[in-house]
Amino acid sequence: MPIVYILWLRQIKRYLRSKARIIGSLGQPLLFMVAFGFGFGPVFSKAGEGNYIQFLVPGVICMSILFTATFTGLEIIWDRQFGFLKEMLVAPVSRIKIMIGRSLGGATVAVIQGLIVLFLSYIIGFSLPGPMALVLSLGFMFLIAFLFTLFGTAIASSLKDVQGFQLIVNFLIMPIFFLSGAFFPLDGLPKGILSVVKFNPLSYGVDALRGSLVGLNHFSLWHDFYVLGAVIVVFLLLSSYLFSKIEA
Amino acid sequence: MIEVKKLQKRFKNFTAVDDISFSVKEGDIFAFLGPNGAGKTTTIKMLTTTLKPSGGEITLNGYNPLTQKDKARHSFGIVFQDASLDDELTAYENMMIHAVLYRVPKAERKTKIKHLLEFVELWDRKGKLVKTFSGGMKRRLEIAKGLLHHPKILFLDEPTQGLDPQTRNHIWEYIKKMNQEEKMTVFFTTHYIEEAEKMADTVTVIDHGKIIDSGTPEELKIKTGKTNLEEAFIALTGNIIRDEEADGLEQMRRRQRHH
Repeated sequence: MPIVYILWLRQIKRYLRSKARIIGSLGQPLLFMVAFGFGFGPVFSKAGEGNYIQFLVPGVICMSILFTATFTGLEIIWDRQFGFLKEMLVAPVSRIKIMIGRSLGGATVAVIQGLIVLFLSYIIGFSLPGPMALVLSLGFMFLIAFLFTLFGTAIASSLKDVQGFQLIVNFLIMPIFFLSGAFFPLDGLPKGILSVVKFNPLSYGVDALRGSLVGLNHFSLWHDFYVLGAVIVVFLLLSSYLFSKIEA
Repeated sequence: MIEVKKLQKRFKNFTAVDDISFSVKEGDIFAFLGPNGAGKTTTIKMLTTTLKPSGGEITLNGYNPLTQKDKARHSFGIVFQDASLDDELTAYENMMIHAVLYRVPKAERKTKIKHLLEFVELWDRKGKLVKTFSGGMKRRLEIAKGLLHHPKILFLDEPTQGLDPQTRNHIWEYIKKMNQEEKMTVFFTTHYIEEAEKMADTVTVIDHGKIIDSGTPEELKIKTGKTNLEEAFIALTGNIIRDEEADGLEQMRRRQRHH
């Protein structure tokens, strides 16, 4: 336990110290909420779908969590570059504990980032649900965050340097984000796109968060929970395996 | 304490370590010398479980680092040739993480960290982020970290590179003391040959991935007919200047170190 805790704490401390990073990473979600929220709002309500800000905010929170979580997972590449990875790898500690500690830290950081976005959305006119619904959405935020930290860890464990990094952002993270229903309702999508969306784990995160925050569901909350849980188990096994294979 | 048989490491286009065998007795101070690119660091990486050998056998404190990784890791401590600190954390936090990773008992952590940070004269900077440290200060912190837990075997990969003679002597006294009081085995590489001459019980010379010779500093001097170890070393390995091939990662780490 102390090992998981100290590596968790390390992530939190690094996050809290990088003020520029915190503020910088809020620009994008804020821009999406303002530009899309207000830009598409009128069309959305004309189509009879209701308030677009209410619809959009859970998606933007998911985006924030997706990016922060994946990047903290990918930080292993930086740990390798700056040498700290060796410090962890020669320690007489099981690889699983190292990986779990890091990932829980990354997930916590991503949840904090999501909460800040939630707070910002409140300022631009998002109406918050009751306390029970907030606790429920916090739980889902954590699942999404943990899932994508593990995802980042798995990728970073199989990469040697930062060269492949941009490739991952463009060909994995962006599609995951845009094809998750974060911006558009899933009802009435063409079949091809819908099957891609259904294959994307983030879709269930978006759906769960939208369900718990504003009561709009495409799947059901239980369905979302099972899918997220199952994918976490798969990624947990995969990233433990890949992380244990790392050579310093 | 360390037993190496027919150890090999082949990379795609060259052989870094070519069929070497040697052993280190318990409580020995063992110097592993060689020119740049001779295979020293690759050997240390294989001994410390971070690189898989292509062939051969290793026994560390009775354990096989390939199959009994955790037990082997419990047996040693290491000071790396390049950085292994988290720059975004303070000196104290780096020490604390190390203490927890190596299961230093909670009651002893604080006093031990204080003792070692005072020893390397970084105690008054304990709360400063490592990225603000100079190269020498980082090196001292690396060494303090390596000495924090008391392993059976201590690996030092060019530990004193870039430090002034005062600091080097100071640090070696401490290592010598740990070696004598706790029978700690010390395995080190260095480019300061006089350091090896002064400190080592046994010297092994490696070049082009092969062991050239081995013995006490006295024996090597007599064998080559030279008056000091540095001349003996040059007699054994020749005068050609070596270039170490560095991949992108290695270069970046080095750049990081010079900041």
